[in-house]
Amino acid sequence: MAADGDLKPIKKLSLKENYALLTRGLGWEPTYEKKEEIFRTIDFEGIKIHDWEKWEDPFRLTMDAYWKYQGEKERKLYAIIDAFQQNNGQFNVTDARYVQALKLFLNGIVGLEYASHRGFNILGREFPGVGPRIAAQMQAIDELRHATTQIHAISHYNRFFEGMADFPHQFDRVWYLSIPKSFFEDAVSSGPFEFIVAISFAFEYVLTNLAFMPWMSGAAFNGDMSTVSFGFSAQSDEARHMTLGIEVIKFLLEQDPDNVPLVQKWIDKWFWRGYRLLALLATMMDYMLPKRVMSWSEAWTIYYEENGGALFADLARYGIRPPKYADVTIKEKQRVSHEMWSIFYSVRNAVGFPVWLPSAEEMDWFSEKYPDTFDRYYRPRFEHWRELEEKGTPFTNMTLPQLCQVCQWPCIYTEPDDPTEFVHRETEYQGETFHFCSDGCKDIFCNEPEKYVHAWLPVHQIYQGNCFPEGADPTAPDFNPLVAALQYMGIKPGVDGGLMSQHVDASRWEQWTSRPANLHEGAITQAVRKTT
Amino acid sequence: MPVKAIKPGYHGEFRDRVENFRGQQLLNICWEKHTMFGWPMCIPVPPEMPFGALLEQVLPGIYGAHPDFARIKWNEVQWSSAKGPFTPDPSKSMVEHGFKHKTQIRFRTPGLDGHNGAG
Repeated sequence: MAADGDLKPIKKLSLKENYALLTRGLGWEPTYEKKEEIFRTIDFEGIKIHDWEKWEDPFRLTMDAYWKYQGEKERKLYAIIDAFQQNNGQFNVTDARYVQALKLFLNGIVGLEYASHRGFNILGREFPGVGPRIAAQMQAIDELRHATTQIHAISHYNRFFEGMADFPHQFDRVWYLSIPKSFFEDAVSSGPFEFIVAISFAFEYVLTNLAFMPWMSGAAFNGDMSTVSFGFSAQSDEARHMTLGIEVIKFLLEQDPDNVPLVQKWIDKWFWRGYRLLALLATMMDYMLPKRVMSWSEAWTIYYEENGGALFADLARYGIRPPKYADVTIKEKQRVSHEMWSIFYSVRNAVGFPVWLPSAEEMDWFSEKYPDTFDRYYRPRFEHWRELEEKGTPFTNMTLPQLCQVCQWPCIYTEPDDPTEFVHRETEYQGETFHFCSDGCKDIFCNEPEKYVHAWLPVHQIYQGNCFPEGADPTAPDFNPLVAALQYMGIKPGVDGGLMSQHVDASRWEQWTSRPANLHEGAITQAVRKTT
Repeated sequence: MPVKAIKPGYHGEFRDRVENFRGQQLLNICWEKHTMFGWPMCIPVPPEMPFGALLEQVLPGIYGAHPDFARIKWNEVQWSSAKGPFTPDPSKSMVEHGFKHKTQIRFRTPGLDGHNGAG
């Protein structure tokens, strides 16, 4: 070619062409291996896919666009985290109670992001269609990024507060963290179609708005710039994940009518499992945010009843109905956070964060937000417990709970139509008795007892003697199995749990900030009165 | 409907079979209406333990902190399990009452329905 100074490069590919090359051009029909040998887990669930080409990725995201957007978000996020650290942002949050919610987030939620990363990697390998495979791979990278940014953002708090230093250890071993852990392990050990319906649709599409909207605005409201930033950085990914969730559902339902009952069964199962998992979030929102954004009841009304109602009305044309037991979630919204905070309080010596009783102002807020339940069932309980605290004999429950075989929550829940009666649900399978917290969890067990009989239930494991630290001698005369179990879990008695008013986070907070550790209760140390 | 699995005939091991509890069996106990305690309790007990020992030695340690506990009239307590009401015999053992591993028993104390109605 003559060097005439008039070189015309080939025209740049449009986004559509670029995406087509990535998702169709990279695929091929195998010739020397059988297709069913390559994609070995795609048939056993019974889902029928006739044409993977019908898959329409609503985002048509290409690699170069993906790296560019994500790179920009990372730069922004780490600039904010840097500024947060240099300005001692950890002391600008409302009070030391807020930090306790971060502990629950770090120890209980971050591990789920990582588990989700694993799950989507598996889908990126298992799906025969290139379009969904690419979408799953990108989501796997997103989930890993969420885990790392959350760890980085919260790591700064770890320099100043207890209970965050060993979060992977706690995630794997702490008794109540088996609830989130087992949720994802159930999903990952399902087939690829169940996993994607469970996580992309039931969890991401129907339920995680609840996590990201009220929770992140809660962080903003309580002055935590660091958490807000990773929340916003993740939120634009979540929007993409949610869109993937709805695309998956429509794709499966349009491929074959035989898919409808399978998808419905998974929606029922994973809506219920996801809802039970979110009870942790209900507690964080109602009890652990010193400044509240909205109540759990309000959040459930907006994000499930209204948004979810519209979604399921739309899906009705495919023959899909709203999830089974959705009516129970609506009945429970008036009490679930109160029931849960009550148990955290009464077993405070066995949890990884200190607890407190709601202040008079907070109880008034509850009375307003929970007019049908709070004054009747929970205010008298908290007032009784406050009297006991003032006498120096705070109410304590020292006995381990009966656990639900499926969701692994203690059986704390009460009858949908009567908040004063515990739920009792059990079944016998091959001669052994199994207990459940609800009809929702019992149905899940009865559909697949082969899977849930080997659930690792922390209470039973403690009693079997499998939760002792290395070198422990259960035959020693002074051996205390519950103390040993806490050591095994990484919970340090006197450091991690207990009452907030006696906790080292609280006294240090007052020394460092000269502000009360609990903004409603007044100072617990002389440090607040300091003038220098 | 059985589980769908990659390998036909898949079945998880029973992780909580009674043999794993070193001679004891699990008993779940629920004091109805007393939601302040948050949950039904799960304890390991020797199968040959008499019901009287449960009443005298075990329950006070679990539920004694509740203001209602000292006022319980034990001869008026209504006992039940998933199989329906039963009348306990203090001299008879767990096994003699038909309690298997992981049986849940419940007791109701009419008139004592929780402190100030709050569980």
